[in-house]
Amino acid sequence: MNFDDTPQEAAFRAEVRSWISANAPKHLEAELKQSGFGSSGVTSVDPIAAAKAWQKTKSEAGWACLHWPQEYGGRGASPIERVIWGQEEGPYGVLGGLFTIGHGRCGPTLMAWAREDHKRALLPAMASGEEVWCQLFSEPAGGSDLAGLRTRATPAEDGSGDWIIQGQKIWTSGAQNSDYGILITRTNPDVPKHKGLTMFWLSMKSPGIEIRPIKQANGQSGFNEVFFTDVRIPDAQRLGEVGQGWTVSLTTLMNERLSIGSGMPTGFPELFDYCLNLQTPDGPAADNPMVRSRLAQYAVKASGLKYTGMRAISALSKGETPGPENSIGKLVAGASMQELAMFALDLQGEYGVVSDPHQAEAVGRFQAMLLRSPATRVEGGTDEILRNIIAERVLGLPGDIRVDKDVAFKDIPTRG
Amino acid sequence: MNFDFSDEQKQLRETARKFLAEKSSPAVVRAILEGPEPFDRALWAGLGEMGFLGAAIPEAYGGVGLGHLELCVIAEELGRANAPVPMISSIYQVAEALMLAGTEAQKQTLLPKLASGEVIGTMALVEGAGRNSERSIKAQMSNGKLTGVKVPVADGDVANIAIVAARGPTGVGLYLVDLTAPGVMREALETIDPTRTQARLIFDGAPAQLLGEAGQGWRLAADIQDRAAVLTAFEQVGGSDRALEMARDYALERMAFGRQIGSFQAIKHMLADMYVAATLARSNAYYGAWALSTGSVELPVAAATARVSATQSYQQCAKNNIQVHGGMGFTWAFDCHIHYRRANGLALALGSQSTWEDLLIERMRRRNAA
Repeated sequence: MNFDDTPQEAAFRAEVRSWISANAPKHLEAELKQSGFGSSGVTSVDPIAAAKAWQKTKSEAGWACLHWPQEYGGRGASPIERVIWGQEEGPYGVLGGLFTIGHGRCGPTLMAWAREDHKRALLPAMASGEEVWCQLFSEPAGGSDLAGLRTRATPAEDGSGDWIIQGQKIWTSGAQNSDYGILITRTNPDVPKHKGLTMFWLSMKSPGIEIRPIKQANGQSGFNEVFFTDVRIPDAQRLGEVGQGWTVSLTTLMNERLSIGSGMPTGFPELFDYCLNLQTPDGPAADNPMVRSRLAQYAVKASGLKYTGMRAISALSKGETPGPENSIGKLVAGASMQELAMFALDLQGEYGVVSDPHQAEAVGRFQAMLLRSPATRVEGGTDEILRNIIAERVLGLPGDIRVDKDVAFKDIPTRG
Repeated sequence: MNFDFSDEQKQLRETARKFLAEKSSPAVVRAILEGPEPFDRALWAGLGEMGFLGAAIPEAYGGVGLGHLELCVIAEELGRANAPVPMISSIYQVAEALMLAGTEAQKQTLLPKLASGEVIGTMALVEGAGRNSERSIKAQMSNGKLTGVKVPVADGDVANIAIVAARGPTGVGLYLVDLTAPGVMREALETIDPTRTQARLIFDGAPAQLLGEAGQGWRLAADIQDRAAVLTAFEQVGGSDRALEMARDYALERMAFGRQIGSFQAIKHMLADMYVAATLARSNAYYGAWALSTGSVELPVAAATARVSATQSYQQCAKNNIQVHGGMGFTWAFDCHIHYRRANGLALALGSQSTWEDLLIERMRRRNAA
């Protein structure tokens, strides 16, 4: 049992380290290290331009999308090499947030389902960051129940074979910065919900698309609503067969869960540091037994996630597939961060209410965590959906009894 | 990176699991729970013959000379099986203490007998309720004779030797005492977990010899407890997994309202949370195993991390195992209470959860300052 690289891994790490050291945007390092959870990354420069510039630099040297095949703009690297890259990229990895959806979900979905000429045309520009992609899945009527979505795709009446899209998506991360998206639609409401879906890719500049940022509960706007009014998509941009959209979407969602070793933030290092320095009338907060007990509980969660990640990386290093233990990351991190933020504010007493970064304790980072953390427990699978997944796929418990399973979509009740 | 057990160690796990399925079956555990015997002597002898007791003891001292990772693997299986034997006291504490601080003569005399199971050791630190501390030690050493009362002492009714914390001329030291010698009285105590006995030990001028340095006993005790904490965490991890499996199996088998109770989200989510706790505990225990087996300076932090996480996990899995079983879980006939008893007993062994939480944060602070 050890944490050592194999000789090949060590050589790869040295190569990565030396390239990053020579090429990374060092002037942003301090700011990127400071960018805590719930804050918006770099502000001293245009964050989109900074993200695209770093991605282009990486791409030109062959360090973009490491695990993708070379013909699509990747490096054809092994999963463990991808992990090592992530560890070495460190704070600069924050800049990659703009491309997470594209590289992590849209790209793999296109690779599995798009026409070869489309893959060769689209994927290299996605890899290099020149073109940004988004994922148009969730809807007002289809969140956890994704297959309940209502955006319609109907054949164009002009006989062109094109599809006409009507409807609305919501919670689309980065739609306002995106050039393209993958879109799941309903093509047949007369069959049960999972069987009437079809997936497409499309240009976000298509006529009839309107993007409206959502003002979130924490005051920021990372998500959008996207409205489709008579948007036309050529049939050649269909991914999979008509009616096969659910299967195609599973490719996307499986890739969502394969991001290993990235390490969900829990906020613990920040809280521990804060408690070491916070002076109370009885000395540092970290001297108080009640504080220590709470800190210890958060510490073992943060540590448990860290070493669960190490176990997954070890499996990759041996060429194995990591086990299901990796599915606990977001469930643990999301809930921990929310509780931990409340505890940090509690330690601040009545002053904890102050959130202005210039006046608040710890530059307001725990206030920002408090206000952002409810989203972590909902986005990308709610805590409840994740518990269902663990219960059903890991522990082998029965699926829910689905009252809408064999009912035509149009006959499913929509109000209680 | 290879943060995992080796194929050979996993093979050892299978061997241990098969051995314990027979020799520490639920019927064996129940016989100890319900009967007059304090522990299962046949199982104990078998563990000695299999080389499990001596896994981490060097061959020169009668052990098998494998290492601590192998002992961790064995500990996990003992925990799964609720093995009713004095393993923690005799092997994780006393054998470790001798390897850490014993003189050559002490090691030559005692380690082979501990490895075979012929001699059982225990560690006697505690003198009553509340958090145990160096200041609370009242037992006295003078002129090579020990006087005082230790309560509770795990396996104190069956042990042949004890390592006792007592106040000597230069402060608290650890002393080796032959419990069969004159000047020692003992009585078994009723406890929440009868599969692991506890006793009151009364020393009245019992002969005792120093272990380690005089006046440095409390520091040595902390080192011993760290090692025992990692190994015990593996028992707790094994127990967590077994309690989770029992709950899962029952949720699949039990029907109510015309369906498997495991199809209700209230039950599924409870089981998912048990899985999360058990997974975190396992990963933290691996961290402890790594630190223990490599002699890392991280051991104090790693041991406390493994310990706090494993205690939390086993308590959660054991209590919710009863909850999933409903009324049947509260019957004497079902085995759920065996895990519940063991989980809550182990949560107190080596110092309670709040003590380890405190140690963890203090040690992390010291590490940060260093």
